[in-house]
Amino acid sequence: MTMKTLRVALLTSTLLAGAAQAADVTLTIESWRNDDLTIWQDKIIPAFEAANPGIKVVFAPSAPAEYNAVLNSKLDAGSAGDLITCRPFDASLELFTKGKLADLTDLPGMANFSSVAKSGWSTDDGKQTFCVPMASVIHGFIYNKDAFKALGIEVPTTEAEFFAALDKIKADGTYIPMAMGTNDQWEAATMGYNNIGPNYWKGEEGRLALIAGTQKLTDPQWVAPFAQLAKWKDYLGDGFEAQTYPDSQNLFTLGRAAIYPAGSWEISGFRTQAGFEMGAFPPPVAAAGDTCYISDHTDIGIGLNAASANAEAGKTFLNWVASPEFAKLYANALPGFFPLSNEPVALEDPLAQEFMSWRTKCQSSIRSTYQILSRGTPNLENETWNASAAVIKGTETPEAAAARLQEGLASWYEPQK
Amino acid sequence: MAGRKPVRWHIAVFLAPAVLVYTAMMIVPLFGTLNLSLYTSVDRISQFAGLDNFRTLFGDPRWADAFWNALGNNGWFFLIHMLVQNPIGIVLAALLSSPRLRMAAFYRTAIFIPTILSFVIVGFVWKLILSPIWGIAPGMLDFVGLKSLFAPWLGKEEYALTALALVSVWQFVGIPMMLIYAALLSIPDEVLEAAEMDGITGMSQFWKIKLPLILPSIGIISILTFVGNFNAFDLIYVSQGALAGPDFATDILGTFLYRTFFGFQLQLGDPHMGATIATAMFGIILVGVCFYLFAIQTRLRRYQF
Repeated sequence: MTMKTLRVALLTSTLLAGAAQAADVTLTIESWRNDDLTIWQDKIIPAFEAANPGIKVVFAPSAPAEYNAVLNSKLDAGSAGDLITCRPFDASLELFTKGKLADLTDLPGMANFSSVAKSGWSTDDGKQTFCVPMASVIHGFIYNKDAFKALGIEVPTTEAEFFAALDKIKADGTYIPMAMGTNDQWEAATMGYNNIGPNYWKGEEGRLALIAGTQKLTDPQWVAPFAQLAKWKDYLGDGFEAQTYPDSQNLFTLGRAAIYPAGSWEISGFRTQAGFEMGAFPPPVAAAGDTCYISDHTDIGIGLNAASANAEAGKTFLNWVASPEFAKLYANALPGFFPLSNEPVALEDPLAQEFMSWRTKCQSSIRSTYQILSRGTPNLENETWNASAAVIKGTETPEAAAARLQEGLASWYEPQK
Repeated sequence: MAGRKPVRWHIAVFLAPAVLVYTAMMIVPLFGTLNLSLYTSVDRISQFAGLDNFRTLFGDPRWADAFWNALGNNGWFFLIHMLVQNPIGIVLAALLSSPRLRMAAFYRTAIFIPTILSFVIVGFVWKLILSPIWGIAPGMLDFVGLKSLFAPWLGKEEYALTALALVSVWQFVGIPMMLIYAALLSIPDEVLEAAEMDGITGMSQFWKIKLPLILPSIGIISILTFVGNFNAFDLIYVSQGALAGPDFATDILGTFLYRTFFGFQLQLGDPHMGATIATAMFGIILVGVCFYLFAIQTRLRRYQF
């Protein structure tokens, strides 16, 4: 019995190896998106292979938390795949300056992207680009439509309406007003601070001023988001201090919480879990009629391993990734990851379409801490996690948290000294 | 007039596999790490920096604060183990070795089983048990009317580390229990019978006869606890993540090392500072073990039967 299984296994592997050799070129993609394996295998790769006979593509993801470390060691050892999925900003920039990623500035498909879309994978001066932007994620709030209907709440557009809605949900008591915990810390910063913040610091304007050193984290527009976070405390569930990220997701999809401070990547997961209608609204503005700003964060790109033996085939693939055809395929296969190309793409998922529609009425920005500012020690992004969680818990005042972040940033960042 | 002793090749041959494996797996990486901590990277080129990294670690207030915080937490983690895990282990072993106890084998196995569980399972299970939302801890406390005592322990700065230390104690209490149990069994019956003849029974027999005889085992357990605790990492990482929240309240040297060496989120890894922390940890453990070996173990009295 076992002998037979072994023989079959051996035979199969020989056949498979034979098949792989027969193909002209095989490209391997390194990625941290192991959740997307089936989508790549069933939808994206067949579409590409049909259009480009002679090139085979293998999607070989590793675990998200280990990706950076695994990729770095593979690149150093020379065993990394031909195509590298790029984290935004410094992690990839570091690979580029080390000569591990090829320069893609001249790739024809790059013309389909704006400079903001490319900012995550360009050198600081924006002259060289080394990864093709694949997708961004947008922040906002997802809400339980049934709950809003039952309680007679309108979708809030201003801060006052937002807190009035929270008060109403709390007074009713059927639902936890907002599903978020501080145990894992990052939600407080990513889905809290960087979600509501752009409305106060006016998106790109404030973000670039911070990089230039003309604004400080202690300025009112940077402290205000903390002041709002401090008010969230009363609307979170019992024991939110020990509530983890999956806890919050489950609280919301089980229908126990009414509002979920979200990133658009939640959409596909929530679709399969939640048994009720979901809607979404962008971060409420201070007063009705104010320009709204959203965090439309460049999240995934894909680049070429500089040491790849199949650079030509790799560039063919990357050009295809830059095309509207890929954008449409990818965006519809993964609702919540929005294509960054200039070409507009229609989405079938109404919730994802709602998120993407904000791009036309609000100003897009990216997370304030990601470009350049998290290069030193202390790391501003990690400190922001910690500060946002502390502010929500009430163990640190908004002013003290901002002052601590500013002091840390100024300790190593020249323009802020 | 003994002639030249024949060269005893067999000793070298038999030692070789172990020496080779140990050198390749332990000694070389250890010296590699020590060496790495003496360099720094300037514009991606490795440069000899002498003790500069250590100066940064202990001199720069940001690094030093994080380091002392981690060391302090580690100390507390170790203290809880010494004050809770080892005494409970000894008590359990004493109970198990009592001839009147029924089902001793069952208890022994049941208490030892958590030790063989993976950290990932232990961390995850306890996180669920203590979860304020789905956990059974709030429900059980409610059942006995003590709901007011419940707090989201893992999310509060003041309790999180103690809670995790107690989880670790729960997991590893089987090890001191087994070692002490073995030591208790090796006490010859003649000694105990002689004690009984002299009228020393029950508790006083434990304090006056058994405890002195198992002191060397307690010493070994203490040193194992010390080394294990100061190398700990897994449980904290699994339950609180690499940032060791809330607000670094559960940050121990292992998680501090991990964050620095491998990087975390946007923080890029810094192998040189990481190696510096690893060297400091090595130094702390070395000092602790040496203190035990030279100051304590040499003074322990041994009894030959």
